[in-house]
Amino acid sequence: MFKKILASNPLIMLIFSAVVLSAPIWLAPFGANYPDLLQKFAIFGIFAVGYNILFGLTGYLSFGHATFLGIGSYTAVWSFKLLTMNILPAIVLAMIVSGLFAVVIGYLSLRRSGIYFSILTLAFAQMAYSLAYSVLTPITNGETGLQVSQQDPRVLDAMAGIAVTDGIPSTNLFGALIKSQGGYYGFYVAAVLLIIAFYISLKIFRSPFGMKLRAIKSNQTRMKYTGFNTKPYLLTAFVISGMYAGLAGGLLASIDPLAGAERMQWTASGEVVLMTILGGVGTLIGPLLGTTLIKYFENIFSALNDSELHSMFSFMPEGLQNIMVTVVSPFVGEGWHLTLGLVFMIVVIFLPGGIMQGLTHLFNFVKRLVGLGGSNKVIDNMAANDTPNNTLNKHKGEA
Amino acid sequence: MDAILIQILNGLDKGGAYALIALGLTLTFGTLGVVNFAHGALFMLGAFCAVLFNKLLTFSTKVKDESITFFDAYKEQPYLELWFGDLGTTIIDYSVPLSILFAIPVMLLIGVIMERGLIKHFYKREHADQILVTFGLAIVIQEIIRHFFGANPIPMPPPEIVSGSAPLGAMLGLNENLVYPWWRLIYLAFSLLIIGAVFAFLKFTTFGMVVRAGMADRETVELLGINVQKRFTIVFGIATVVAGLAGVMYAPILPPDYHMGMDFLVLSFVVVVVGGMGSLGGAVLAGFMLGLLQSFASMNEVKSILPGIDQIIIYLVAVVILLVRPRGLMGREGVFED
Repeated sequence: MFKKILASNPLIMLIFSAVVLSAPIWLAPFGANYPDLLQKFAIFGIFAVGYNILFGLTGYLSFGHATFLGIGSYTAVWSFKLLTMNILPAIVLAMIVSGLFAVVIGYLSLRRSGIYFSILTLAFAQMAYSLAYSVLTPITNGETGLQVSQQDPRVLDAMAGIAVTDGIPSTNLFGALIKSQGGYYGFYVAAVLLIIAFYISLKIFRSPFGMKLRAIKSNQTRMKYTGFNTKPYLLTAFVISGMYAGLAGGLLASIDPLAGAERMQWTASGEVVLMTILGGVGTLIGPLLGTTLIKYFENIFSALNDSELHSMFSFMPEGLQNIMVTVVSPFVGEGWHLTLGLVFMIVVIFLPGGIMQGLTHLFNFVKRLVGLGGSNKVIDNMAANDTPNNTLNKHKGEA
Repeated sequence: MDAILIQILNGLDKGGAYALIALGLTLTFGTLGVVNFAHGALFMLGAFCAVLFNKLLTFSTKVKDESITFFDAYKEQPYLELWFGDLGTTIIDYSVPLSILFAIPVMLLIGVIMERGLIKHFYKREHADQILVTFGLAIVIQEIIRHFFGANPIPMPPPEIVSGSAPLGAMLGLNENLVYPWWRLIYLAFSLLIIGAVFAFLKFTTFGMVVRAGMADRETVELLGINVQKRFTIVFGIATVVAGLAGVMYAPILPPDYHMGMDFLVLSFVVVVVGGMGSLGGAVLAGFMLGLLQSFASMNEVKSILPGIDQIIIYLVAVVILLVRPRGLMGREGVFED
């Protein structure tokens, strides 16, 4: 009964919203409550939640999702240039355009499964990346990256009589500047979108549609033999996750109106895979957890340098301190990716379910420790009545 | 005519590198059934074998500069030159070809350690897991190299005698102005040699026969009392050596940096897929074919008709092949045809 309430949608959403919206407060002790980082948490959280709908539910490992992020960014910046500096149309357009690309790429890639699917997405991603750097320069502005400028037409803004007077115009949401309140406004916009995105993902996880996607993951052949056409479901999942990526890309551009092709590189797609796997693929919260941890430690680790390490280990005697600094320094600063790669390998080898699996193990362990004292006795007493239902309970308690 | 000849050479040259990397990748996949995303990193490690070997050879000390007589000047001079005089200078000049001798044992060791330490635990896991763990390994290798060698490309000169261009036109009785870098010709010959050696090894030795039998039907070979696993581990080592050698010889063409592996990885996967998963001949054929296609696509005449085609031709071919003929050019029927 209690468990049922705890797992109900409104309560989860309530807790989730409270946690996300109060992030600036409870992240303060960790030194992570400044807007830049908070925005990153929220935006890449959206990206990872969307990616998880594809990879987590269907098991199709895409190595090209950064393409949709890049397309979303480019679309948003073009919307800033041609239509208006309001971010709402930009984000909506970013989702639509990246969704359209996802339909095409997904339709072709999903004709194969397994490693072939991965390589197909990789090939499309590389094509998009190379084209963005070369032929599509009129659209993408090549290596410089696409930027907004004062002279852009901005049709809608012009009709509304909003004119840019000086410098590069800033993005806004119906007049309120995104970078106002020291950037916290931008975070709250992203946070609200994250909450909506999470809610949709929750609904998908708990819908018959999500169930079918999981069935495809566990045994696609069997699904096909029962006369079930898996393709439309897979494509829907692919497009949804592509639109999530587009939303994230649009948000990135909304916070800083600039788009570059490096966002589309295949190693950028690899990063979202890292986030999802690290947190726990196929779980609701896992990808968000992974994103937050990676972005947080990236921020902390890559800022460390030797002198800071020396002050960190200053409580040790001189010799030991030098040894510690020598040992630790390859893993921080520039070497942050080394740490990330190692942690990722360890997770894939020992904990394929990511942090969420680790937490579940821990939780069960604690429950067993505590359970030895009290609650098991109750179950045992109930089991003594020997009704089938209670026997079931007893077994559950043992397991 | 000249332009076409140059493009053919360019294509074969690029194709040689693709074919070598893809050959190793296919060997790994065909024997162990493991998708190795760290193969590009092994190529990069090979290139850095050349860099490291060069560093070792030019290990220097400060000596008095005799050419300056006004005051006491000091210059760096490698120990080799001090000890062996002109012979030492020659050895340093030939550091890239000589580092092949250095790279073979090093890469073999790395390969065997990698297989025993990591890959063997992933035979039974899904392909997605194999991709992920080797992707992680590739990042780790890459970052270790960056830690020791820095992020900038390190130029590696070829030996003095072949640093110029070959007067190809004069040799073939064509246009006098037709020249081509010596080292690239050497690379082409080298890649053909290595490919030939690998094929001969698999075709004409007992070891190779067992490996081929194991690739075709592992269970039966094992029932005959042959330790297939041990041989496959060695094959993984050989694949590592092939990738490493491809990297060593590529160092004078492209100054090695820590990131070069990732760039070649995607390409070589595409080559393997086009050739057909697990088909050695297919990998070589596809390597040369894609190299040729790419170099012809980068001709100005072609680019003016289809702008940007040179950037995407390889991926385009891969997508078409995968969609139309999933087993690739020479893949066996039923192997990974899903």
